[in-house]
Amino acid sequence: MYALVDCNNFYVSCERLFRPELNGKAVVVLSNNDGCIISRSAEAKAMGIKMASPYFQVREHVDRGDLHVFSSNYALYGDLSARVMEVLDLVSPQVEVYSIDEAFLNLQGMERMIDLDRYGQEVKAQVFQWTGLPVCVGIAPTKTLAKLANYAAKHFPQSLGVVNLSKPGWRERLLQRTPVEEVWGVGRRSAVKLKIDGIHTAEDLANSDAETMRSRYSVVLERTILELRGVSCIGFEGAPEARQQILCSRTFSSRITRRQPLEEAVREYAVRAAEKLRQDQQVASHMAVSIRTNPNAQFEPRYRNTASVKLPTPTSDSRILIKQAVLLLRTIYKSGYRYMKAGVVLSELQPAGNYQSDMFCEDLQSGKSVSLMQTLDAINQRYPRGVTFAGQGVTQDWAMQRKFLSPRYTSNWQELPKVR
Amino acid sequence: MSAILLAQSEVGFALKIPFFLSSVSAGFPSPAQDYIEKTLDLNELLIQRPAATYFVRVEGDSMIEAGIHHTDILIVDRSLSAKHGDIVIASVEGELTVKQLELQPTCRLIPRNRNYKPITLPEGSELELFGVVTNVIHSVR
Repeated sequence: MYALVDCNNFYVSCERLFRPELNGKAVVVLSNNDGCIISRSAEAKAMGIKMASPYFQVREHVDRGDLHVFSSNYALYGDLSARVMEVLDLVSPQVEVYSIDEAFLNLQGMERMIDLDRYGQEVKAQVFQWTGLPVCVGIAPTKTLAKLANYAAKHFPQSLGVVNLSKPGWRERLLQRTPVEEVWGVGRRSAVKLKIDGIHTAEDLANSDAETMRSRYSVVLERTILELRGVSCIGFEGAPEARQQILCSRTFSSRITRRQPLEEAVREYAVRAAEKLRQDQQVASHMAVSIRTNPNAQFEPRYRNTASVKLPTPTSDSRILIKQAVLLLRTIYKSGYRYMKAGVVLSELQPAGNYQSDMFCEDLQSGKSVSLMQTLDAINQRYPRGVTFAGQGVTQDWAMQRKFLSPRYTSNWQELPKVR
Repeated sequence: MSAILLAQSEVGFALKIPFFLSSVSAGFPSPAQDYIEKTLDLNELLIQRPAATYFVRVEGDSMIEAGIHHTDILIVDRSLSAKHGDIVIASVEGELTVKQLELQPTCRLIPRNRNYKPITLPEGSELELFGVVTNVIHSVR
């Protein structure tokens, strides 16, 4: 038996925690660079504001004062997410953090000892009491069904935030009502294809012939079908699956017209990507750098290009990745354009210390390189941006635009919430 | 090669003070070495449940008679259930406020400053508590 605990409108709930006057008001949070909407309060949803719509489309509401808008404050969200996961660790024998705002709990064997509905309510209540963040809980015999149960807990208020699909009858009724695209593991594209094949609801999918679907679609979909029938196929990993590629790309706060700031940005992204790589204890064998101007600009020259390289030895060393990133950038950089965005992608990832070393290349995973990077990460974790490479630049004029950033309430002594 | 001093950096180190059980005589290998117990950690003293603990900054003097001053930092534990007489952080008219909780004879929020009036909750409304204050950090300099 699994439970999926998912925070309600997580980013918005974080923004409201120390601003109780925002309860009951329409609130949205914008993506990096204040691009588009990535989290909406129930009130904002009710106003018809769509997920992913660009900020300028809702600006009218903001000007009129009936919508509150925030830039994404990952210092705050990261801290609050860690608190939620810590509480879950206390109330459950095994937790698998699935994303910043959701986690699976392994409840194997517990169904015989406790009332799962009550347990779900207790988890929900304790997370709220300790952290101040509202969550919903979905309980079911498989992860796919637990996801679905959580979806139901969010969408049907009469569930009081907890849906338990292990009870007879509940699963069938929910499958009938759920559109197939809401099923975990069904992509948008396969949903279109499924509908053409006459499969509209989760129930249709659960009743389809698993083997036929495997050959017509994929083994993944077959697994989803079995999971919907209550056969657990997706095990409990305990830790999130390692990423297949790491991407670090941003839109600049203003256009860049010179090579130097562009190089700074690319170095910065290479450093960020390398940090993520080391966090996952992986090394990369392939790197790509891309740059582009505004693709929608009408009256200025447009340009986009990508260069990539197979690295001589798999590595996670920031120094090497920076050097490669700049070399790649120089092969595609052209002057005379107003650049809007750059990105660095690391791929062909594999676990560190698990590859064939090249007898003609310096072994980058041994000794000095590893310990230097560990030290670097340790310092930067303690003092953010404590050690940076000179090439990352100091002022970073191109860095993200975050006009509506809230204080770092929980991670900076100067920005604590105020009480009267 | 020459070096030019551009600027001096300041690094904020967390100072750890080991706690000795005996005094130390100078010029001699410390006899206390074997007696170092551990480093005292204020977190251990002040924070029981880190996941539920938040810090807030006081503005104003409404709690001055309870020893809570302007700019003090309060340690708030959300996991505790509030009892009569606790200092709490509550949300009143959309604003966070620190007051003393009174549950008998009626539910009221009491400022600890004679110049302020107690806050009585309107009939039928529920008190929105943020958490219970466990400690005050007050700088004396």
